[in-house]
Amino acid sequence: MTNTTPVEEDGVKRRDFLYVAAGGVGAVGTAMAIWPFVDQMNPSADVLALSSTEVDLSAIDVGSEITAVWQGKPVFIRHRTEAEIEAANDVDVESLRDPQTDEDRTERPEWLIMVGICTHLGCVPLKESGDFDGWFCPCHGSHYDTSGRIRKGPAPLNLAVPPYAFLDDNTVKIG
Amino acid sequence: MSFEPKNPTVKWVETRLPIIGMLHHALYDYPTPKNLSYWWTFGSLAGFMLVVQIVTGIVLSMHYTAHVDMAFNSVEHIMRDVNYGWLLRYMHANGASMFFIVVYLHIFRGLYYGSYKAPRELLWWLGLVIFLLMMATAFMGYVLPWGQMSFWGATVITNLFGALPVVGDPIVTWLWGGFSVDNPTLNRFFSLHYLLPFVIVGIVILHVWALHTTGSNNPTGIEIKDKQDSIPFHPYYTVKDLFGLAVFLIFFSAFLFYAPNYLGHPDNYIPANPLVTPAHIVPEWYFLPFYAILRAVPDKLGGVLLMFGAIAVLFALPWLDRSRVRSAKYRPIYKQLFWIFVIDCVILTYVGGKPAEEPYILIGRLATVYYFVHILIFLPLVGLFEKHKPLPSSISEAVLDKKPGAGEAGNA
Repeated sequence: MTNTTPVEEDGVKRRDFLYVAAGGVGAVGTAMAIWPFVDQMNPSADVLALSSTEVDLSAIDVGSEITAVWQGKPVFIRHRTEAEIEAANDVDVESLRDPQTDEDRTERPEWLIMVGICTHLGCVPLKESGDFDGWFCPCHGSHYDTSGRIRKGPAPLNLAVPPYAFLDDNTVKIG
Repeated sequence: MSFEPKNPTVKWVETRLPIIGMLHHALYDYPTPKNLSYWWTFGSLAGFMLVVQIVTGIVLSMHYTAHVDMAFNSVEHIMRDVNYGWLLRYMHANGASMFFIVVYLHIFRGLYYGSYKAPRELLWWLGLVIFLLMMATAFMGYVLPWGQMSFWGATVITNLFGALPVVGDPIVTWLWGGFSVDNPTLNRFFSLHYLLPFVIVGIVILHVWALHTTGSNNPTGIEIKDKQDSIPFHPYYTVKDLFGLAVFLIFFSAFLFYAPNYLGHPDNYIPANPLVTPAHIVPEWYFLPFYAILRAVPDKLGGVLLMFGAIAVLFALPWLDRSRVRSAKYRPIYKQLFWIFVIDCVILTYVGGKPAEEPYILIGRLATVYYFVHILIFLPLVGLFEKHKPLPSSISEAVLDKKPGAGEAGNA
């Protein structure tokens, strides 16, 4: 014990430094200890591994539609008729709530592929119904056209187009 | 020392629900003997471990599936796929062992310093109830991964109840929910494994309440007589407990990160098979002394009764120990008997982990007999005949006497 009085430099005592240093280390350590408890709720490795789905298109006739599952979500895959493609193009894009051309929404015009979840509150819309002969969401009355764009009702955005690529003429890989 | 808040919000709450004042009394100005050693840290460490087990357990249950076909794989899913799942599961599995380590040290501390004696009998009882609940919880938790040890541990322990005359068989069937350990058993064990820790929390609150009513015992075993003998809990013991926690966490981490399976059994990484029992089946280390007592008796019912009796006699301790001196520090004979008893418990633990063959059977029987002789015969007799060392007149005196120089001035 050579010096028991606190050494002061510019009004900062050694003890102040010790408090801040100990508190800082304690706070960082606690945060690091808490992180695993938070991160465990994020998608696990096996869930992340299911990030893509391959779908065989050969059995889908013109004018019909299937629902595939990608990451637990329904994906509408519609083999559109000429009339539907025409109707989708015959729209003033600027007048839409979420302006998008039909070309922007498709790789090949005959195949419309989109996530079948209403952008309002997550219900699955019904096919071939609504004021625009596209999709109609029974939950809160959103009407989508033959390109899956929102035309009427409370939904703010068009039905989302997932990332996809045609592996060959009869196979599409979603995700 | 009353709690008078200055902050208007605290004041507003305090006049309606005096919970902040209650916590203030419990963690801040609780008058604590000023001579507590590190042996008194294990209570707060046990509380810490209870929180760790509950938090990691809640998180694990988010990923676990309680079904015989899926339980084992869901545990592997936790280990391989869930983010930090390996860490959380190893924390929980090793945490159980850590919890028992600190609780056993806490119990032996109580035995050495006579913490169970009047007026702390209820405090002691509540502690024993916590211990029993911990054993039930740990046992059921060990069944959940549905490995070979899980399954056969569950089979053996539930069969213990079959030893009871007349009602034995119906009780075992009732526990199983069928005619063997199966899916209904696993489901109820999961439910109870989730429930019991919260029951433990309730008993811990009573335990701390009782503690704060009688006050902490201390190494001298003498009660606080005046202000000279005590110091406020904060900052003195909060800091001491935090330091103890830091050291303990290093010990915990050594197992967690470098030997996470050291305390477990490799057989539990084999999925449960109801048709084949592993060659060498032993419970987790913290049950071994009781397992040794169970096997010491060559009779089914006798073994079961003696095993439960080994814990039951601890409830009678406050009345079996006739000495009015608490601390073994001033009891030369009891102090030696205490250490022999500790060695006896270590021997029981060792024997419990060995196969049921000679010489372990004989050693186990002798150690079992000594366990009961110590508690039922030696403790009452020593209390009657032992001549204790002179007690200091107060905690303060005991502390000051140790200081170099103080003795010369005081006793000259």
